[in-house]
Amino acid sequence: MKISTLKELLDADILCGEEFLEKDVHSACGSDMMSDVLAFVKDQAVLMTGLVNLQVIRTAEMMDMICIVFVRSKRPTPEMVEAARESGIALLATDMRMYDACGTLYNNGLTGTRI
Amino acid sequence: MSESLNFHFDVDGDNFVSAGQASVQTKKNLRRLGLPPEIIRQISIALYEGEINMVIHAGGGEADINVYEDKVEIILADKGPGIPDIDLAMQEGYSTATENVRSLGFGAGMGLPNMKRYTDEMKIESKVGVGTTITMCVYLK
Repeated sequence: MKISTLKELLDADILCGEEFLEKDVHSACGSDMMSDVLAFVKDQAVLMTGLVNLQVIRTAEMMDMICIVFVRSKRPTPEMVEAARESGIALLATDMRMYDACGTLYNNGLTGTRI
Repeated sequence: MSESLNFHFDVDGDNFVSAGQASVQTKKNLRRLGLPPEIIRQISIALYEGEINMVIHAGGGEADINVYEDKVEIILADKGPGIPDIDLAMQEGYSTATENVRSLGFGAGMGLPNMKRYTDEMKIESKVGVGTTITMCVYLK
């Protein structure tokens, strides 16, 4: 799924990384616990989270994730946007809740990882 | 064994927000050395979890990354409280982190298991009241 499709499905704003909108994401992971996210490795993944602090960007960076979606109307700080920009990560924000956001993407073919 | 390349970092224990700087820098350094992305990711995640652990539990510490021809070694040393029961600490989901740390997205009891998951070798030496040293190795296949 392209990031642009994901943005449309979630009715999300893009906060940085407009140049990556045509990039493909292959899987997704939804969590507010970064250690749970770090247990999950997949290429070109998107992270869905309601957590807002710099460690969210660091976690995605360590995992080589290319996109983060903030759910429940959460907005990253300018410092986080700057860090994401430096690391080449697209940041999106949606008003949808985690469950609905994940369900919408899943229904449209973006699945998680099989353990 | 040929000579190694060493990266040393002091991990500041007072600042959760800045935690992870050693991992960010190491990732850059390893990319520059041209290591495979999969290997870099394994090392970065293991180091990052270790760094976060040192900040949360031990008031900081030191991280050394030694790059050899055939492996990368990560040594994390702190003078924190030590780990009384290492087998228990290695269980997924077991955590002694505070509610505050959990609200920041960590302390799920996955740090040490993740470090083991992403490395080929991991050794924990710990003495209560003295500190902990964790040595991890990732082989360059």
